[in-house]
Parts: sequence; C-alpha cells; structure tokens
Amino acid sequence: MNHQITHKGAQGRRPFRPLRNLNAKIAAIPMILTAMVVFVGGTIWTVVYSFTNSRLLPREQFVGLKQYERLWGTSRWQVSIENLLIFGVCSLVLSLVIGFVLAALLDQKIRFEDTFRTIFLYPFAMSFIVTGLVWQWILNPRLGVQNVVRDLGWDSFVFDPLNNADIAIYGILIAAIWQGTGFIMCLMLAGLRGIDEDIWKAARVDGIPAWKTYIFIVIPMMRPVFITTLVIIAAGIVKVYDLVVAQTSGGPGIASEVPAKYVYEKMFQSQNLAQGFAASTMMLLAVLIVLIPWAYLEFGGRRRD
Amino acid sequence: MNQTTSSVSIRGLDLHFGSVKVLTDLDIEIGEGEFLVLLGSSGCGKSTLLNCIAGLLDVSGGEIHIKGRNVTWDEPKDRGIGMVFQSYALYPQMTVRGNLSFGLKQAKVAKSEIESRVKRAAEVLQIEALLERKPAQLSGGQRQRVAIGRALVRDVDVFLFDEPLSNLDAKLRASLRVEIKRLHQQLHNTMIYVTHDQIEAMTLADRIAIMKDGAVQQLGTPHEIYSSPVNRYVAAFIGSPSMNFFSGSLSGDNFVSDTMTLSMDRYAFDGTGRQNGRVELGVRPEHVACDEAARDMPFQVEVDVDVVEPMGSDTQVWGSLQGEEFRFRVDGQSTLKTGDKVLVGIDPARTCLFDMTTELRL
Amino acid sequence: MTESVAPVGRGPNGPKPRRVFSRRNIFLYGILGLVACYYALPLYVMVVTSLKGMPEIRMGNIFSPPVEVTFQPWVKAWAEACTGLNCDGLSRGFWNSVMITVPSVVLSIAIASVNGYALANWRFKGANVFFTILIFGAFIPYQVMIYPLVIILREMGLYGSFWGLVLVHSVFGMPILTLLFRNYFSSLPEELFKAARVDGAGFWGIFLKIMLPMSVPIFVVAMILQITGIWNDFLFGVIYTKPANYPMTVQLNNIVNSVQGVKEYNVNMAATMITALVPLTVYFISGRLFVRGIAAGAVKG
Repeated sequence: MNHQITHKGAQGRRPFRPLRNLNAKIAAIPMILTAMVVFVGGTIWTVVYSFTNSRLLPREQFVGLKQYERLWGTSRWQVSIENLLIFGVCSLVLSLVIGFVLAALLDQKIRFEDTFRTIFLYPFAMSFIVTGLVWQWILNPRLGVQNVVRDLGWDSFVFDPLNNADIAIYGILIAAIWQGTGFIMCLMLAGLRGIDEDIWKAARVDGIPAWKTYIFIVIPMMRPVFITTLVIIAAGIVKVYDLVVAQTSGGPGIASEVPAKYVYEKMFQSQNLAQGFAASTMMLLAVLIVLIPWAYLEFGGRRRD
Repeated sequence: MNQTTSSVSIRGLDLHFGSVKVLTDLDIEIGEGEFLVLLGSSGCGKSTLLNCIAGLLDVSGGEIHIKGRNVTWDEPKDRGIGMVFQSYALYPQMTVRGNLSFGLKQAKVAKSEIESRVKRAAEVLQIEALLERKPAQLSGGQRQRVAIGRALVRDVDVFLFDEPLSNLDAKLRASLRVEIKRLHQQLHNTMIYVTHDQIEAMTLADRIAIMKDGAVQQLGTPHEIYSSPVNRYVAAFIGSPSMNFFSGSLSGDNFVSDTMTLSMDRYAFDGTGRQNGRVELGVRPEHVACDEAARDMPFQVEVDVDVVEPMGSDTQVWGSLQGEEFRFRVDGQSTLKTGDKVLVGIDPARTCLFDMTTELRL
Repeated sequence: MTESVAPVGRGPNGPKPRRVFSRRNIFLYGILGLVACYYALPLYVMVVTSLKGMPEIRMGNIFSPPVEVTFQPWVKAWAEACTGLNCDGLSRGFWNSVMITVPSVVLSIAIASVNGYALANWRFKGANVFFTILIFGAFIPYQVMIYPLVIILREMGLYGSFWGLVLVHSVFGMPILTLLFRNYFSSLPEELFKAARVDGAGFWGIFLKIMLPMSVPIFVVAMILQITGIWNDFLFGVIYTKPANYPMTVQLNNIVNSVQGVKEYNVNMAATMITALVPLTVYFISGRLFVRGIAAGAVKG
C-alpha cells in the first residue's frame, strides 16, 4: 500500500529547507558580502555618486553629466588617457612578444633553465614602488646610464626619458616591461608545456621548421592562453599607479599622468570626490570594454559545447 | 513495511539536474543477502543510482528504503551502508589502521570496539601485516582490500561497490573478483555492485540490472539476461563478441531475409505472440555451429571467411554472408583462414527475434 | 661535418655527434644571456649603489663595483632616514608592514580556503552566482570601490587602523585565493570526499581531517602569493592607514621622493633594497612554488 502512494515520484521531493548545508552557507558569507556589498554595491554607489557634485563629502545633489564634461575638458585627464593608451598598447604588444619569445627560448630543453627563469621572474616579486625607484636611479641623467655612456666617450649621447615630457611615459614603460614580462613568460611557458609533445614529433617527421611550427601550429593552439594573458595584462594596465608615483610622480609637469593617479588625487587630495568618481567610472567602462567580449567568448562559448 | 524480505527498496526514484533527466521512475527491490549488479555503459546512470542509494546525491523524487526504513533524506552515515570506490578513496595521510577506524571514530565507537572490529576486518581481508602502512606504500590490490575493509568495519548490512575493480589490471581484477564473491558467501550481506564489465556482472551477480538512459532495461538472473534478453539493446550489450543481427521479416513461422529463410517453429516466443512484420534475428557467435557440426543444425548456410582472430582457447571468425557481416566462434584448433568458404549452422531455438520498431523481443 | 667521428667508408655509426658550439646554441644562449643581463642589472645596481659612499657615487659609474664597501647607507636607511614627518628610518614602516601582512595573510587564507572548499564540495544553490561576481570583481579597477570601502570602514570605526587595512586586503585577495582553493579542492578525487561522508564526517570534519592534510602545497602557494602581494601594496596602504601606520612601501616612497634635503642615492637604494628584501627572500626560497602559484592563480582566471 505504501508502494502505491509513493509510486509517482514527486512526493519524495525534499521540502525547502534553508538550513540544509548550513555550514557551507556560513563559510560563504564573507564571499557573499564581498561580492554583493563591496564589488556590486560599491561599484554602483560610485557610479551613482559620479552624477553628483560631491566635494569633500559625498552628497546627493545630482548634476547630470557635468562631472564627465569637466573631466573630459581637463587637459590633465586627456594626457592621462593618452598616456594610458600609449602605455597600454606598447606594454601589451611588448609583453606578449617578449614573454612568448623568452618562453620559446626557454622551452628548447636548454641547460640552466631554472637559473634563467629565476632571473627573468624575480622582478615580479618586487613592488612597483621598488621598480620605479630603481629605474628612476638607473635613468638618472647625471649619474645613470646616460652618464656611463658619455664617460665612454660618446659625449652627445642623450638618454633621459624621465625628464623629457615627450617620452616620459616610455621611461615608465621600460620599468614596467622589466617588472612584468617574466610573469608573462611563465604563463606562456606553462602554455607551451601544455602542448602535446606528439605535435612536435609530428611536425619534425613532416619536416616543418621550428619557427613555422610555432607560428602556424603552436600559437593557434595556445589561443586560450593568449586571451587569458591579454585580459590579465589589460586589467593590470588600467590599474597602473604605484609605478608612476614612484618613478616620476606624474612629471615632468603632467607628462606622465595616468587615470588611476588622477582618481586618487581628486578623491583624497583635492577634495573633489565626484570628479574622482566620474574618472573611476570611466576606468570601469574601459575595463568592461575589454572584459565583456572576453567573458562572452570564454563562458558563452563554453556553455554551447 | 510491506516486504520484509527486501533489504534495499527503491521506489519511483527520479533524479534530474535542471531539465536533464538522469534517472526516471526507478523501482528496484533488492532481497536480503542478494548480490545485485548494476550494469551498463558509461553515462547510463548506474553510478548515479548508487550515489543516490548511498545518500551522496539528493533525489528529485521517490523513496529509498533500507532494511525497511525510509532513508530518503538521511545522511550517508545514518543509512547503514558501506561503500567501496573505484579509486579506492583511501585517506592518503592516514595509515591503513587510521583509514579503517576513521568512520568508527566519527561515530564515537568505543576504543576497544574499534580495535576488535579493525582486527576482524583485517583478518578477513588478510591485511593484518599492512595496518601501519600508508596507502601510498600499498599496491593497487592491497589498496582495494583496505577500501573494502573500510566498509567491512562499519558492520553494516548493505555494501555498495562503485566499479571497485576498474583501476586494476586484468589479472588482479580476476583474483579480487573471486575474493569479493567469497566475501559475499561468507558474510551474506546485501551487495549492490556497479560495473561496466559484463564478465564481472555475470560471474558475481545473483541478479543483474541492465541500465540505459537512467532506466532499467532488464532485471534478472545472469542466465535470463543472457539467454532471453528482453530487447535488442540488452541482447547486443551482453556477450562478447556481440550478437549478429539480421534484418528480415516474419511471415507465419518463417524468418525471411535476402540471405536466409529460417523456420522458427522451435523458437520460444514471448507472451505477446507472433505477429508478422519487420523483425531482426539475433544470433550469438558462440551459438553458431561450423563445418561438421553444422550439418546437424536445422538451418545451414555457406559463409566467406574475411578475418580470423585466434584467441587461444577458441578462434573468432569475421565472415560475410553475401556482404552482411557474420561473426562466429570456432574451436581454437580450427585451421580456417582468410578466403575460405565454410558451412555454418544455426539452431533457431537459440536465436532471438526482435520487433524492428519497438526493439522488443518477440 | 662528421669527419671527426666516422671513419671513411663506414658512414653514420654510433651516437650522432653533438656540437656544443653550434650556431643554434650560440644564438640561443647569447640571447638568453643578454636578456638575463638586462633583468639582473637593476638588482646589481641597487646593491652596488647601496654599498658606496656618496662621493664615490658622484664621481663614478653606477655599474662599477664599490671601491670602498660601506654599510652606513643601510644603517641610515633603516634607522635615520627622513620622510618629511619624522626621521626614524624605514624600521617603523617595516614593523607596520609586518603588523599588516601577518594578520592579512592569515585571515584572507582562512576565509578563502574554507570558502573554496564549500564551493568545491558543498555546492548550494546560488553559490556559483556569487562566485562569478567575485571573479569578475577581481578585474574591476579598485578605484571604483575605494571610496565606498572608506565609508564602510569609517562606519565600522576601522578607518586608518591596521585592522581596517587587513580587512581590505582580505576582501581584495578573496577572488584569486578563492579561485585557487576552489580549483585545488575540485581537483582532489571526489570519491575521497564521498568516502568521508559515508564514514560520517561533516563539513568541518572533512575539511580539517581529510582536506587540510592533503593541501599543504596549495596553502604554501597561497601564502607566497599573499605575502608578496600585501607586502608590495602601496595604494591601499596610502588610502586606508594614517601616516603613523603607513606600510613600508609608502614610507620608502616618501623617503626617496621627498623634496627636502640633499639626495642621498646610496641611502635611497639601501632603503629600496631593504623593502624588496622580504618578497625577494620569499621568491628565492620558494622557487618553483612561486611560479606555480602565480600561474595557477592567473591562467585559470
């Protein structure tokens, strides 16, 4: 009789019990708070308050797009964006190329691989502040590289990027590449090692030269690694701040300003909160432009499989 | 409850993840001390069903009773089961003794009791010498013994095995198979055993449940499953090499196809009776007689030999009957070779007829 | 090409001759060596400069080794260098950084490991939604979340204190660490978890007795990641602490880039070295685990 009652399934469904799996839910509370309060809540708050005229303290006096108009009318912001673009494109291309080439060189079953890798990667363990200060010293015009070359006899040699408004951002780029490419190399190396050894054997049997194998077979196979690396670099570029502060403090003049620095100064130094909010919202927008297509490719595509 | 003899009873069990149905309306009664094997290809839901019985997966509908108690919502530890996993799942940082006693410690069993249970299990499985070793120091066979021991010490009535021998090599598998069977004869526990290996299923089981797409296709003794499969899927799944199928039609008492006409008057039709129409004839390779023996068979036909695979004890022959593939088995001493023509014979009583559309046995 | 090995008339025989100085090897090691020099140079310059006296620096070449080794700049950087506010050197920042880093590392790893374990083995409805938001949050520029966090900390009464900064580090470390732990726990055999459940262990029992003993490497990786990350942080330190609590990086920057007084490059470089010492030590000791940590954290993002 029991059998008849229960035969048609649905009755056995567990009643809704929020207390089930309670420990896991408790363990997830910090994550839920972080995700919802700080990440989602904080982001929305900042975006909303970017439409106000908050100065020293946030206040709800909405002024529409005025902060954004002012932002884009500020030459300092324009320089910041221009610098970010130059810095971003150059460091993207350079880190990918250098990182990949170094990884490919290290992947030739060479001796002392560990030593080389240790040397290439150690800058990544250093902070941007340390990086910036070291390179500030090396690029010091009176005592640094320029001086060394001049002492060798080439008196007219000029290499003083940090004091030349036109190229200051490239001086920062040199330091950034030095700090970050080791990491990119490691990602690429992991990608290369992930490729089936048999691919190389097949290419060798077919008589395809190594460089061709890299370009036509290996790099296309590493597409996911490249895309992920790209996103990581891009997200890092937008955040660039400490390096500039340490190396040039945005100078000479405003020649090496970057958006993150603009945001910080508006929020915490010149008591112009809403300006800072507007600028940070623009930064968010820039990241979303990179992030959304990537997330779509990465996760939208996976779901279809 | 209603059936005192059944040890595990699964009633109207449903499981779905979102819109994906994994198990649909399963009803299985497993008797006290019975050895039931869940057999099927990967993805058929057999392991999922076992996990449901163990309580490791929440069901979407239906009930599970163990020893007359509704355990549908109970935690795994409260269900009175022990489980053995494919990857052994031994806790790597604990010694064998630690592995065996972990569950008992969780249940706050008295120390002396733990001691004696571990000792007894170790004796039964002959792993006394290994008690102080770590799993990494054990061979595959020893690890699986410890895994079985972990179920043993729990002193439960129902053992669940999730493909326990799949990670072992062929030789070890065969010997542990015998040991599991011996264990069952010794302990008389109820055992539910999941495998995709039909030899394990045939040799171990009191009854086999063949599963496909989350439903039981046939539940019966190994003999029933082998000799009277209920449908084409079961027939093709059991037996190696698998059954030959010839499509044709049934008219009166005769099976008629392009290549053969068989009188089916000695065939034991199922209850549904005979109906004329499109059918498939299934012939097991081992039921095909060859050469001299074929002359005694009610039906004989000449076959071209394409490929010969000597296996030692016997030889598999891949022949063709006017283009249709025809596999059969001959004695290991046979001198057949590619290109030969050979006379084969079939006994209609040992064949199976399946309806072409429903795929059910006639 | 092969005459050195194969006697005439016998053709290729035995091991193929290898040449150490093939064109390929010269090219390969040449490039690697040059690049390695570029990477090693700044560290070398830092060390060398920090060991010279000021006169020698003004006279000489930044690449030349010190004629007269002096540790005075190190002593000065540690105990006397001025930040404009006070002149007790980097030591104050060092201890501040220790006070910030230790609890941050412990707290962030504790939260993330339990959370990652819950996500890997005890999935509940909606868990993945929050997790996805968390991971996306890792890519959002901090700048949009900075000020709301200032308000939150101010409300909690933690703004400017060590604990406020510890909380901030735990929040921003959560995405990558949770991902790291979740992926690690998911990679452990699920049957082990099932076996433990059949054995009657619960959420904490399985975590403490089964998972933790198996997860030492991933905890080391997480620690490497967090120690270097938090020690090297500048932005959060400058925003969420008051000058007395500034971490070492902030203090270093204030010392080196202070506009007052004569620039003492040797002291600056010694200070820079001292600041870099902790992460460098972690890096050189941990070796391959460091690589594994950053790669695991990043590639799967």
